[in-house]
Amino acid sequence: MLLKTYNKIYDTDIGYSFFNSKIAVISSTIFFIILICSIFAGVVAPYNPFDPASVSLMDAFTPPVWSEGGNSSFILGTDQQGRDMFSTMIYGSRISLIVGFASIIFAMLLGVFLGITAGYIGGRYEIIIMRLTDVQLTIPSILMALLVDGIARAIISQSMHDEMAIYVLIFAIGISEWPQFARVSRASTLVEKNKEYVSASRIIGLSNVLIMFKHILPNILRPILVIATIGLALAIITESTLSFLGVGVPPTTPSLGTLIRFGNNFLFSGEWWITFFPAIFLIVLALSINLLGDWMRDALNPKLKKR
Amino acid sequence: MSFLEVKNLNISYPTRKETIVASKNVEFKLERGEILGIVGESGSGKSTIANAIIDLIDPPGQIIDGSIKIDNDELRDNNGIIQKFRGKKIGFVFQDPQTSLNPLFKIKDQLIETIQTHLSLTYKDALKKSIQLLKEVGIENAEKRIEDYPHQFSGGMRQRVVIALAISCEPDLIIADEPTTALDVSIQYQILELLKDLTKKRNLGVIIITHDMGVIAETTNKVIVMRHGLIVEQGDTKELLTNPKSNEAKSLVISVPPTNKKINRFKLISPEGKEITSDSKNLTKNIIKSWGIRENKNQKLLKVNNISKIFDDKSFGSKISFGLKNNETNKAVKAVDNVSFELLEGETLGLVGESGSGKSTIAKIITGLVKPNSGEIYYNDLSLYNSKKKYQIDKSRGQIQMIFQDPYSSLNPRFKVRDIISEPIKFFQKNISRGELIQNVYDLIDIVGMTRQSLDRYPHEFSGGQRQRISIARALATRPRLLICDEPTSALDVSIQAQILNLLKDIQDELHLTILFISHDLPVIRQMCNRIIVLKNGIMCETKDTEELFNNPEHHYTKELIRLMPKIESII
Repeated sequence: MLLKTYNKIYDTDIGYSFFNSKIAVISSTIFFIILICSIFAGVVAPYNPFDPASVSLMDAFTPPVWSEGGNSSFILGTDQQGRDMFSTMIYGSRISLIVGFASIIFAMLLGVFLGITAGYIGGRYEIIIMRLTDVQLTIPSILMALLVDGIARAIISQSMHDEMAIYVLIFAIGISEWPQFARVSRASTLVEKNKEYVSASRIIGLSNVLIMFKHILPNILRPILVIATIGLALAIITESTLSFLGVGVPPTTPSLGTLIRFGNNFLFSGEWWITFFPAIFLIVLALSINLLGDWMRDALNPKLKKR
Repeated sequence: MSFLEVKNLNISYPTRKETIVASKNVEFKLERGEILGIVGESGSGKSTIANAIIDLIDPPGQIIDGSIKIDNDELRDNNGIIQKFRGKKIGFVFQDPQTSLNPLFKIKDQLIETIQTHLSLTYKDALKKSIQLLKEVGIENAEKRIEDYPHQFSGGMRQRVVIALAISCEPDLIIADEPTTALDVSIQYQILELLKDLTKKRNLGVIIITHDMGVIAETTNKVIVMRHGLIVEQGDTKELLTNPKSNEAKSLVISVPPTNKKINRFKLISPEGKEITSDSKNLTKNIIKSWGIRENKNQKLLKVNNISKIFDDKSFGSKISFGLKNNETNKAVKAVDNVSFELLEGETLGLVGESGSGKSTIAKIITGLVKPNSGEIYYNDLSLYNSKKKYQIDKSRGQIQMIFQDPYSSLNPRFKVRDIISEPIKFFQKNISRGELIQNVYDLIDIVGMTRQSLDRYPHEFSGGQRQRISIARALATRPRLLICDEPTSALDVSIQAQILNLLKDIQDELHLTILFISHDLPVIRQMCNRIIVLKNGIMCETKDTEELFNNPEHHYTKELIRLMPKIESII
């Protein structure tokens, strides 16, 4: 059964390209291991770092198991509060991935909607939308996210900050990423809209909404999928950066960026592992997604296809 | 010893799943002063042979076996000789003159570069020779035009430049791969005359690859018919066209629309030699039942009144004039200029003209894809455009449908055939029951001659002709009265073209459709239409009944078109 599905996937061009690219196979394996670990964090992680009962300050600053003073119950050591590094990282990656996925989906919905409508309707509407993306692309996305984050914090009352932090973060990163989606989907829409199947639909009398989202959308999904994958890596890094700067998720539910920030304070006093492991983890995560996106871009591009 | 000798040529393209044999045991000879035509349907391997001669086969394709000899020099696997022969001994003319010249170099530089690569001439001599060449291929004012860039030439002129390039180093062999397919009839005529002329004057060997039997009849001495990489028949052009022996050649010849008479239906034979008959009469019964009986009362169905369309550059950038009044840069093109005509129920009206004559624009205006600048259109005496020039699609209720030129882009690649056909039905009959919908879709797929199994497949699994059939089924799904066919067969092979034209005639007869048939192909127009409008640069030249137009053309442009169209009968 499994072999049958494997053969079927292998038979398609995209599947063939996937299984013949070492980078794609390795990076997707790493990514899915991380993804599954973070989804089932409660099972995989030996401790629950958010449960105060399981944390003991006595265990604080335990080094990794292989260095002097290491404790076999904390493989990668503990942080300043005595939380197990390995567990905090897995729980942290969960938050990083949630923020990453949610913000990229938000950016995708917004950007694709504006992009398709701009490309299809054209005229003044298109000019406004596209100039808006131009303006926003002149501002680095991290600055944009910082700006949105700052404004949102000013609006939301102090007591709500911690609860709302994750939503603010998703919104801020999403807003900073949508222009990519808008540009790509507009450009693809311009190509598709001049194809005769769109003309045929118009002659039948289908409404513009139906033509845009039922006929054109499925045909422009490929490039969108590619930038969504690469954007996911970017969103995770942006989240970590914001958390590192202290404007991200609250310290009670640390993400990878927050962990790196905590560890950074202890870097020069010798407790290197508190910042080192989350940083490596973040690099591996972002790199695997990025490489996957690179492979996807090449595999889905008919011009680069090996004959 | 012949000039060009190809022996036992085998070429294959190994792909991941299978090995495609592009040419199998191909053998032919060519002498100097001869023009050899290679015909065949798309995918029959005719271009592969041409590319093999100059070693331009795209990987992973490779020559497996055989030999190619020019003057007894073996070309195969002989890079030294091939490099020397390309350009010098063999000239190549590509299909698309828009892309075969480098847009960043002046014509001068491209010619001189080629000449200096192969002949040891000084720059001055090479320039002189280039001007000489341009004159020879019929470019006026060659001294001046040689300084121009490719985009400053028209399509036909560019193809002349390409030919000048091909003959620049006095080759002995010219290979022309569909040299006139992208060109209009009048320019095609000039290019072919030029090639014939050069062959005689310079004693060249020429290979012309084409799918147009008219071109074969008018230019070649010998012809090769190919199918699936095999030569099925070769011989003297006249002999082969008048008396084809193989089924493939017979099918090719019989499918060509005759230019001198109108025939009722094309007689079709399959490559296996069986006659293909149509049985659409039985199949339309169900459709007629659900549509209700229709009659043609010879009434006006469509009335087009003085429509004009001007395309000008109205982009955002051009509106900002930066304080300059540059009226000269405003390049407005009048695509359609004051065109009026009427369409009667049940007739087929032909719109014929060369590229840029505005025939497609007229179709787009009638269907509401393009807004006219002025003029009115009435469908059943209802105006299709309101006072604000907005298209009123509910006035025609989907009764105007269109069949497009390019079968590869006219079907949504992400939709199954079933969904493509059922969408318009669902749109017009919102509360149709599931059973009825399925029955309707079955009726439509039956009538266009496709199997019901094809409903669950995606468009890319079908050939061009099959896609065009699906396209027709989709157009019929809205129960149209008026069918606009915009070059419906120009992307198809002749035998498929004949099938599609037969199909269109059948459904027109059975379902009492009115057809507006747009084409640049005069023989096809002659077979299909009752009445013809000749267009040039958006202006109507002449409107006449078909036979009258072909026998007694009045307008000088019409006369010119009829004189220049390649005629397969010219040889018989």
